[in-house]
Amino acid sequence: MAATKTTKAAEQSAEFPPTAYHVKQGEQGISLKVEDFSLWYGQTRALWNNSLDFQKGVCTALIGPSGCGKSTLLRSMNRMNDLIDGLRTTGQMTLEGEPIYGATIDVIALRKRMGMVFQKPNPFPMSITENVIYPLRVDGVTNRKLLKEAAEGALRGAALWDEVKNRLNESALGLSGGQQQRLCIARAIAGNPEVLLMDEPCSALDPIATAKIEELIDELKGRYTIIIVTHNMQQAARVSDNTAFMYLGRVIEYGDTKSMFENPQAKRTEDYLTGRFG
Amino acid sequence: MSGTVITTATTESPALPVPVRRVARSDLAARGEPFVWIMGAALVAGLAMITGFLGFVIYVGALTFWPQPIAVITTTQDKIIAGEAFRSETYKPRDEQLASASPEARAKITADLGIVERTLYRVGNYDLFGEDFVWIPSFDVKSTVYPKDMYFIERLEWGPFVGRVKELDVAGSKQPTPTLAQLRTAHAAAEVRRTEIEQLEKVEISEINHQIDDIRLGVRRAELEYGPGTAGAEAAKAEAAKETAKLEAQYKVLEQKVTALRQADEAVTVTLEAVDSQTKTLPLSRLVRFYPANDLTSADKWSIYGSRWLEFITAQPREANTEGGVLPAIVGTLTMMVLLSLAVAPFGVITALYLREYATQGAFVSFIRICVNNLAGVPSIVYGVFGLGFFCYIVGGSVDQLFFAEKLPNPTFGTGGMLWASLTLALLTVPVVIVATEEALAAVPRSMREGSLACGASKWQTIARIVLPRAAPGIMTGLILAMARGAGEVAPLMIVGVVKLAPELPIDLTAPFVHFERSFMHLGFHIYDTGFQSRNSEAGRPMVFVTTLLLISIVLMLNAFAIYVRTRLKRAYQVGQF
Repeated sequence: MAATKTTKAAEQSAEFPPTAYHVKQGEQGISLKVEDFSLWYGQTRALWNNSLDFQKGVCTALIGPSGCGKSTLLRSMNRMNDLIDGLRTTGQMTLEGEPIYGATIDVIALRKRMGMVFQKPNPFPMSITENVIYPLRVDGVTNRKLLKEAAEGALRGAALWDEVKNRLNESALGLSGGQQQRLCIARAIAGNPEVLLMDEPCSALDPIATAKIEELIDELKGRYTIIIVTHNMQQAARVSDNTAFMYLGRVIEYGDTKSMFENPQAKRTEDYLTGRFG
Repeated sequence: MSGTVITTATTESPALPVPVRRVARSDLAARGEPFVWIMGAALVAGLAMITGFLGFVIYVGALTFWPQPIAVITTTQDKIIAGEAFRSETYKPRDEQLASASPEARAKITADLGIVERTLYRVGNYDLFGEDFVWIPSFDVKSTVYPKDMYFIERLEWGPFVGRVKELDVAGSKQPTPTLAQLRTAHAAAEVRRTEIEQLEKVEISEINHQIDDIRLGVRRAELEYGPGTAGAEAAKAEAAKETAKLEAQYKVLEQKVTALRQADEAVTVTLEAVDSQTKTLPLSRLVRFYPANDLTSADKWSIYGSRWLEFITAQPREANTEGGVLPAIVGTLTMMVLLSLAVAPFGVITALYLREYATQGAFVSFIRICVNNLAGVPSIVYGVFGLGFFCYIVGGSVDQLFFAEKLPNPTFGTGGMLWASLTLALLTVPVVIVATEEALAAVPRSMREGSLACGASKWQTIARIVLPRAAPGIMTGLILAMARGAGEVAPLMIVGVVKLAPELPIDLTAPFVHFERSFMHLGFHIYDTGFQSRNSEAGRPMVFVTTLLLISIVLMLNAFAIYVRTRLKRAYQVGQF
C-alpha cells in the first residue's frame, strides 16, 4: 500500500515539476506557513504536499481551475474542514509560528485569530449591529459602549457605515447582496483577526458590488494578512500582491502577481492564464 | 486531451444516429393531463369529506340549543302527547302496528309500498312517563296543535318537563296559573337562594372539611414521625382535638344556616301539569330554565339560545353529563394541553438536537431514528397502560411514599391524574416533535453554521444563537402537530386520570392553586361518555355534537395561536435570505 503510494507520488512529481517560487517579500515577515500539507476526503486525495508561506500584511490570491483544491487549502487554514466526516491531513500549518494542526490545539481560539468571508453572503437573521458584534458576543463581551464602538469601527472598516448608520437595528437580511457581503467582511474584522480568509467573496455579486469589495480589500491589506480565493484572474491581478496558481491539488507556481501574469514560469500557469484550459 | 478523443471519433466514422422524427404520443404518461384530473379529483374528494364532516358537526351542534316549538298531538286512539319534534325517518311498519290506521290511511300506505314516516318527539317528564322520547307514525296523528301555554321546563333533576304551569305557591300565598312575569320574579329569588345554599355547602362547609382533614393528616404525620403513643404524637393529637372541636362548632352554625335556607327554599313550590293531567310539585329553585315554547318572539329565542350556550361553557354538568355545562372538561383539556406542550417541547427538541448535531451519524443513530418513527405507530392504549404502570404506580407510588405518607393508603399521586395523563400524552407525541425538529435542524443552511463557527463561536453557541432560532418555525410545526394529536387522544387518558365527573378543577382558588394530582374531565372523553355511556343516549346525542364542535374550536384556536407564533418567527428569521 505504502509502496504503491510512493510510486504514484513519484510519477506525479515527474509530471509536475517543482514549484516555481518568486514571491514578493512583505516587510513584516511571514504570517501563515504551510509545510508539506496534504489532505484526503475519505479515499480521495485533494491536496498534495503543498508548502508555501503567506507574507504578513500582504494580499495573496489563490487561483486555479475548478476543483484544484484552492478552497480546500483556504478552509484548512482555520480548520473549517474539520466539519467534514472522514477528513485526514498530513503536514503542518503554522500561524505566527504556532501550529494549527495537532491534538492539543484549541480550534475555537485559533478561529478567533482569523476572519472568514464566504462565497455567498451569509448574514445571520439578526439586526445589522448584532451581526457585526457577533464575534464579540460569543466572546462574552456585554459592555454596551464597547460593543457600539466595535460595531461602528468594523462597519467603517468595511466601508458600510455611511449606508447603514440610520438602520443599525433593522434586519441584516434587508440589505442588498453587496451590502450583505461587506457586512460579512465587517463581521470578520470585528473580532480583530490577524488573517482574513476570503473564499471567492465576489462570485455571487454584480460588477459594481464587486468593484466596491475590491476597493475594500485594497484598503484592508496592510492591516490584515489577506488570503483570497478567486476564479476571476482579472480580480487576482487587481487586488493581490502575490498569487499562487494551483492545479490538481498542488501549488504549481507561487510568485508576485505582476511578474507571474506577465511572465509565468511554469507551462501550466501560462496555459491557464492565457485561457487555454480552465 | 479532449481534442484527441474527437480525432479518433472522426477517423473511425461510427454510424451516425438515424434521424427519427419525434411525434406527439397519445398515451397518458406522454401527455399528463389526465393525471391532473385524477389528482384534482382526489383533492376534491378529500375536501368534500372534510367540509362535509365539519359542516355536519357545525350544523347539528349549532342547532341543538335553539328552542323548538312544542307540538300537542292527539293520536287516533285519543292519546295526547306533547313534545319537541326531535327527528323524522321512514320505516316499514308491521301489519299489526297498522291496526289503528283508518282504511284510507292504510290504502295510502299500501300505495307507498308500506313505507311510513314517523317522528321522534321529546316528551320529557321522565319521572312521570318513564321515557323521554316517543315515536309517532304519521298515520297515527289525528290532530296537531301548538298551544301557547305549553312550557318547556329544564330542571336540575329528571330532565326536562313539558306541560303547563298549574300553580305557584310562594310560602303559602297560592297563585293559580301564574303569568310568565310572576314566575320569572319568583324564580330569580329562588335562584339567589340556590346559589347561596351552594356557596355554603360547596365552598364554606367544604373548606371546613378540608381543614379538619388537614388536622387529621397532621396527627398522622406526627405519629409517623415520633411513633404512635409517644409524647410528641399525643401533644399533636390533643392540639388537633382542640382545633377540630372549634371547626366542628363552626360547621354546626353553617349547617343550621343551610337547613334554615333550605326550609325557606322548599316553601316556594311550583305545580306542573303534564298533558295527561298528571301533576308534579317541586321547589321552584329546582328549575333551571323555563319558557312558553310556542309563544316566543325571535328575541326571546335568541336569548334562550345564548343563555344555553353560556351555561354550556361556564357551568358544571348535570344529569349524568347530558345536561348543563362542560366547564370542568374545558379546563381539564386546556390544562392538559398546556402541560403536554411544556413537557414535550424541551424533551423532543433536546433529543433531536443530540441526534442531529452531536451524535456520530451511523448505523446506530439510524436505528434509533427508525425506532423513534415506529413509536408513532404504537397503539395509544399501550401508552395508557404504560403510563398507568410507570407514572402512576411506580413514580407516583414513590412520590406518595416520600411526601404524602400520612395520606396512605389513599393515593395522592399514586393514581391517575392530570400530571401523569399529560406526561403519558407527551410520551405519545414526542416522536412527532423529534422528527419535525430533526428536519428543521437539517434545513438550517450550512453557510449559517460555518459563518458562526468562523467567527470563533463554539458548537453550542452556534446551536443556541443561530441554529435553534432558525429552526424554531419548523419546531413549532412539530409542536402544533403534537398538540393536535394530543387533543384528540382519548383511549390512553381513560386509564391514566380522566373520569366521568370531576367537579374539582385542576386549577382553583384553594392553596396550592394547582392540583395536578387530581383526576380531571376531558372533552374527548365527555363525547364518548354522553354519547355512549349515559342512561339516555338519545338525549345525549345532541350534546355529542355540541361538545365535538367545542373541542374542534379549541384545537383550532390553539393551532391558530401556534401558527401565528410560527409566522412571526419565520418573519424574524427567514425572510429576505440572500
